Amino acid sequence: MTSSSKLMKSRWMSFLVPFLAVVVSLLIAAIIILAIGQNPLKAYGAMIKGAVGSRLSWADNITKMTSLLLTGLAVGFGFRAGVFNIGAEGQMAMGGIMAVAVGLNLGNVPSAVAIPLTIVAGMAGGAFWASIAGWLKAKTGAHEVISTIMLNWIAYHITNYLVAGPFAVGAGVPKSPEIAQSAQLPALLTVQASTIPSSILIAIVAAIAIYIILEKTTTGYEVKAVGFNPYAAEYGGISISKNIVLTMAISGALAGLAGALEVMSVHHRIFGAFTSDRGFDGITIALIGQNNPIGIIFAAFLISSLRSGSNAMQTIGVPDDIIVVIQGIIIYFVAADRIIRTWIMKATQLGKKKSPKTIQGGEEE
Amino acid sequence: MNWFEAIFTAFASPLFYKLTILSALPLIFAGIGGVYSEITGVTNIALEGIMKLGAFIGVAVTFLTGNPWIGLILGMIGGLILAFFHAYVSIEWAANQIVSATALILIAQGFTGFLMKPIFGQEGQTDFVAKIPTVKIEAIQNIPFIGEIFGEISSFFYIAIIVIIGSWFLLYKTPLGLRMRSVGENPRAADTLGVNVKAIRYFGVLMSGVLAALGGMYLALGDIGQFQEQMPAGKGFIALAAMILGNWNPIGTMWAALLFGAAEAMNIQLQTLMVLPSEIKALLNLLPFVLTIIVVGGFVGRTRAPAADGVPYEKE
Repeated sequence: MTSSSKLMKSRWMSFLVPFLAVVVSLLIAAIIILAIGQNPLKAYGAMIKGAVGSRLSWADNITKMTSLLLTGLAVGFGFRAGVFNIGAEGQMAMGGIMAVAVGLNLGNVPSAVAIPLTIVAGMAGGAFWASIAGWLKAKTGAHEVISTIMLNWIAYHITNYLVAGPFAVGAGVPKSPEIAQSAQLPALLTVQASTIPSSILIAIVAAIAIYIILEKTTTGYEVKAVGFNPYAAEYGGISISKNIVLTMAISGALAGLAGALEVMSVHHRIFGAFTSDRGFDGITIALIGQNNPIGIIFAAFLISSLRSGSNAMQTIGVPDDIIVVIQGIIIYFVAADRIIRTWIMKATQLGKKKSPKTIQGGEEE
Repeated sequence: MNWFEAIFTAFASPLFYKLTILSALPLIFAGIGGVYSEITGVTNIALEGIMKLGAFIGVAVTFLTGNPWIGLILGMIGGLILAFFHAYVSIEWAANQIVSATALILIAQGFTGFLMKPIFGQEGQTDFVAKIPTVKIEAIQNIPFIGEIFGEISSFFYIAIIVIIGSWFLLYKTPLGLRMRSVGENPRAADTLGVNVKAIRYFGVLMSGVLAALGGMYLALGDIGQFQEQMPAGKGFIALAAMILGNWNPIGTMWAALLFGAAEAMNIQLQTLMVLPSEIKALLNLLPFVLTIIVVGGFVGRTRAPAADGVPYEKE
């Protein structure tokens, strides 16, 4: 075994690959920004300022990070079990819907009961929605990518139905009424106009809980075993179908929690597309965090910073859609991680000046 | 008019059948595109993104040149380029094809939004541009009922017929088609027999890009004459379902696409025939998506994917 193949396997690589993917994508985006006649340094400067430059931007950033952390965990947990849950968007919507349905009716209930009830309702909504795709995959082999995408659209239209029909309130944009005061989450910190919601604590607790489930419990072991090699896992007595449904349910519960917390601490209601692509951002976050709950915390902060900074970038003339391109390029290089691994190997070869020949990194695994 | 009457009226009118065919067109193009890619062993769930990029480029070029045919050709080239990125990492670098395709969907979404502001000066949707013209055939127009369906219909309808028949012929009646199918079933055996696995797979994926872009452009240049941010609103994934239901065969994909097209046509017809509150309209919009889930859940396993679908091929 050569030193380079040891390097391929080291934990260091699982940090370096997404890190370089982010750097490369920012460089490519800089070229695109140049191409429309703007200054990329100015644009990125504005983005950083908009993300972490003031109290208000920190508050906005942490608020966004809360739901992103949870959707990132949802997708990442699925990946660990070999399931691509691209439906966090719809599960988050179902979580929000259930939180509103329950939270509306808790006016006379003390917060100590109302808050946990609303949270559980949201998680159950997301878990149920994701289990449909899990059940279909387990029973019929229907690919979860297609079924979860369809469930996203169904959840989107159900939201529109609810806010135009049964939940409709007031004039203007169709929206639901606000949930009861007792079901709303209090702010963690309020400084002048900027508020950091307490939901961030719940999200971080969820990340730690998922870490413990994955690393310290039998369920986590089985989930990872199925993801690593389903046939071997089944031979070892682990039920694949049971695990797929369970994985989707846990994954959906996390996305549902994101929806519930968004309702309980930010909007206090739902309206059309209130999930604002957080579920899709979860895919990028899971891949940057290499499906590791702790890595996902940092990845969620990175993406929430891009999202909150993009508005500031827009004001100096760079369309904020560039951050969607950036995310796409990051995912592209994480998918083709062998390209980056080969760069790293070539770089280390050059550094050691061993042999002029380059090793074909793509050939070994 | 009640539900029963409305459904009956829809079935009796030629407009329903015309809408069925028109709604099926984007699914036919993109779904057959999926067939080209998957039959050679590379999954391509990026059809949604390619449709979006194709539609945008088609409209943007038409806006800048005034000629929708130039828009159509450049849109197809745009789809081909986006598909190339998927092909390159899938074929050369054994990338995770689902993740790579997800990346392309995001890139297409970001890119179209990003360019919309500098080109059109607005967000959400573009200006209206010249559409690809319809084809009028008087001999058909004079036939009762049939004439109202096919007498004057989008040029995309005739392009679709060429694509369907041409693809069936290419895949099942030519040596190239045989090579494509063998590469998708057993790349090692095909390689041993001297088939260039990489080249065949590039061809399949690139064709999927061209055809998916055509599908997206029907929505923009054939149907409404503008690009909207939400396009193609899930149709790229419904096209994948049509491909599965159609058993990875161009003719089968066409029939499956017509089934989904009928669901969409019924949705449109009911919303125009009946006076419905907005929340019920929102519920009706669920129809195509629910049908897709049922189809994907009910028919997977009864149809069979190419054996090496989604499996990277590496020489030993």
